[in-house]
Amino acid sequence: MADAHKQIALDFHNALKELAPVLLTQVENDHMDEAVATLVTLQHARQAGSGDSEFSAVLKEKAAELHRRIEAGEVESALDTLQEMQDARDRGLYQEVGRLTRALHSAITNFHIDSNPNERVEALSEMTDATDRLEYVIQLTEKAANTTLDLVEESMPVVAGLTSEATRLKTEWKRLVDRDLSADEFRSLYWEVDGFFDQVTSQSQNVYQHLSDILMAQDFQDLTGQVINRVTGLVKEVEASLVDLVFMASQVEEITGIVRDGTPEKETDRLKGEGPQINKAAEDVVANQDDVDDLLSSLGF
Amino acid sequence: MNKNMKILVVDDFSTMRRIVKNLLRDLGFSNTHEADDGNTAWPMLQSGDFDFVVTDWNMPGMTGIDLLKKIRADERLKGTPVLMVTAEAKRDQIVAAAQAGVNGYVVKPFTAAALKEKIEKIFERVDG
Repeated sequence: MADAHKQIALDFHNALKELAPVLLTQVENDHMDEAVATLVTLQHARQAGSGDSEFSAVLKEKAAELHRRIEAGEVESALDTLQEMQDARDRGLYQEVGRLTRALHSAITNFHIDSNPNERVEALSEMTDATDRLEYVIQLTEKAANTTLDLVEESMPVVAGLTSEATRLKTEWKRLVDRDLSADEFRSLYWEVDGFFDQVTSQSQNVYQHLSDILMAQDFQDLTGQVINRVTGLVKEVEASLVDLVFMASQVEEITGIVRDGTPEKETDRLKGEGPQINKAAEDVVANQDDVDDLLSSLGF
Repeated sequence: MNKNMKILVVDDFSTMRRIVKNLLRDLGFSNTHEADDGNTAWPMLQSGDFDFVVTDWNMPGMTGIDLLKKIRADERLKGTPVLMVTAEAKRDQIVAAAQAGVNGYVVKPFTAAALKEKIEKIFERVDG
């Protein structure tokens, strides 16, 4: 029995040796999902090592004793043996709950919400910081959108004006080409064309400047990209800690026999709106306007 | 199609309202007004004689789908054409909008051509 126990401990030892460098690489490369999976594997290996083996050894021994005593008709001492088995089981349970409580505690510590008030402030400020950063992204993108819209709204009538003036002059010019123009009309056209060149020069410069400003207004992408990358990193960290926490909590529930009622979580109210769908390939999502049109026409639209 | 018709653009993002208004102006509609959600839009719809509503779905306060349902339930407003311009792209959402009586559905990001086509289609039906 002791040998078997040693063997299991050895298995865990080997698993630890093998997986520790893997885990390190995964964390260094920010592959948090894989790292969490590795941690779970290790956790299972460790459980197999420390698990019920001690209890089962006691159980086997006591069961044999119990059998003997009942055979011998020693009811009272058989009851004692039963009590001892019960105690061994409770001890195992307490040990396991204790172990999981410690694991939970360390998971919570890693989650930055330890009872230490300084740490809690730090964790909160990290979240506040993330929110502030996202707020900053909204500000920058909104500013860029408004700047661009302002400049476009200023440029469009200018270009429209040039187009209509050119069209008008072209009609007059055609009359000149067709020799259908009086001398007075020609003199007037002469100066109109001259004025139009000035107009084109100055207004093209305006539009060019606006286009250049629109170009510069796109500089937010670099800044918002960096900010979003940092926030994404934080979210991934929080997720990894949460997965750990949920895993530990489920273990405690299992060992203490807490039964969850089977009510599924409330489905999000789709009619409230979900925002843009990032995964266009998902089954219940339309990929583009054509899909929408097909769906609507299948509904008789 | 009456180019002078009064249009209400409902979206919680001011930039999106500006884009839609600009596109509408390019299509010849300049009688446009703005509201930032269903709650703001509702009193405007009740007091003004709007001919057409372009609304987003996901907005704080009253959502676009609730606004649509409210319009369809109102004796005086129920005939007002409503075009949904939204990022909501789940099939059951589109079905829900259709059941609520939407006249057209444009998913964001959209093109000027898509918006034009839907608006023309809506008024072909309404006028025809």
